[in-house]
Amino acid sequence: MSMIEIINIHKHFGSQHVLRGVNLAVEQGESMTVIGGSGSGKSVLIKHIIGLLFPDRGQVVVDGQLVNKLDEQGLNELRKKFGMLFQGAALFDSLTVWENVGFALKQHSKHSAKEIRAIATEKLALVGLKGVEDKMPAELSGGMKKRVGLARAIAMGPAIILYDEPTTGLDPIMADAINDLIIDLRKKLGVTSVTITHDMHSAYKISDRIAMLYKGEILEVGTPDEIRKTDNPIVHQFITGSAVGPITAE
Amino acid sequence: MTRWLEALGDKVFLWMTNMGKVLMFLLQTVRWATGRPFYLKNLFKQMEQIGVNSVPVVLTTALSTGMVLALQSYTGFKRFGATSLIGAVVSLSMTRELGPVLTGLMVAGRAGASMAAELGTMKVTEQIDALATLATNPIKYLVVPRFLASIIMMFFLTALGVFIGIVGGYFVGVKVLDTNPVVYINQSIDNTKVSDIWYGLIKSLVFGAVVGLIGCYKGFTTEGGAEGVGKATTGAVVVSCMLILVLDYFLSALLW
Repeated sequence: MSMIEIINIHKHFGSQHVLRGVNLAVEQGESMTVIGGSGSGKSVLIKHIIGLLFPDRGQVVVDGQLVNKLDEQGLNELRKKFGMLFQGAALFDSLTVWENVGFALKQHSKHSAKEIRAIATEKLALVGLKGVEDKMPAELSGGMKKRVGLARAIAMGPAIILYDEPTTGLDPIMADAINDLIIDLRKKLGVTSVTITHDMHSAYKISDRIAMLYKGEILEVGTPDEIRKTDNPIVHQFITGSAVGPITAE
Repeated sequence: MTRWLEALGDKVFLWMTNMGKVLMFLLQTVRWATGRPFYLKNLFKQMEQIGVNSVPVVLTTALSTGMVLALQSYTGFKRFGATSLIGAVVSLSMTRELGPVLTGLMVAGRAGASMAAELGTMKVTEQIDALATLATNPIKYLVVPRFLASIIMMFFLTALGVFIGIVGGYFVGVKVLDTNPVVYINQSIDNTKVSDIWYGLIKSLVFGAVVGLIGCYKGFTTEGGAEGVGKATTGAVVVSCMLILVLDYFLSALLW
């Protein structure tokens, strides 16, 4: 059984039909990347996996549990299996770096503040950060914020990590460092990961399989090599980043 | 005519929808206010931000109002020789009406706006979603402490405002306008019942709930970046103030 199964989900926002029958399965330990242009529904899709949004129709099954049928408590229990890295890192402004990283531990474990700080320091080291524990998020650069966000995502030892545009807004070197971190964390922690991105360099590097989302539907799923050799003109235009083709800039 | 009616219908429908959403938000807040965990640290922090930090503005407003009230009453009452009643007028007005309403409006402008701006920024930067992904209910963690702190601190701020307003009125009435201090105090005490004080304080609890609820609701429903945060902040102040003024009439009618 797949770790994550998305079965024919539809989502509307007002009159906008954002997801139009998406089907996708992610196996345990797999790194799946969903690519697609702005407004294709990538963020909406990833939010359905962790129960931040619920489908109007269809089902999301994670680790055998039907996400859209869980009550608040069941949803919280399920979310403890997840770590999520947000596009802008979404660090809590009013908390220090170590308090951000140790947030979930403080809420859901019986560790003392000293122990939580030690775990946070260890997780920060894992993402290559030292000596920033007492800084506030506003004092960090974009790349550092993403790393802290990543440390927060792995603090509870998740089985699944969701990455929302992990390299967006970073310089190419920092972006590649984040890619390496994602690969490294997967090797060390053996997690299942779902990444959404429009950065093809990142997609090729970190993925076992890539799925192309276009106008609310999955057009193609395949290994990076299969995607590179695609016959689909829409996928081909997207991965080559060409302005000429069936996809028009809106 | 038809178009005008349609537009009116749309407005009424939108208003009803929004009221329904606010009501649902209130029910969720009340539901999450019960049961563990209690985020006491957050509650005390909010009590400081909403209550303690609002003391200067509430003091200034209450003092000024009490003093002006005494001055204006004196001018009017002098015409028919009733200056002995200034104390009673100031005391009754402050306890039943001006204390809770002005404190409510001031706290809505200061703390309600700040709540909407802070939570609105958290919403547009996905910090509220991040809380949920960390298996922490955002309403319980963010809204409940603000809502409760707003109710508790509005009560104490109003009590303080009423007291300071009466002191301000006494200062102007007795020290500036030279009315008899014994008569002033006796008239104040004789004409103000304990129930008048309670009526004012009951109003303050309702106004506190309004400021906390609307500030948080506007923050949680913010969309569209910095512009959205600006709109949410303005909306929180305007809606809270309007609700305070409308509810003030109904509460006065009910508690009379």
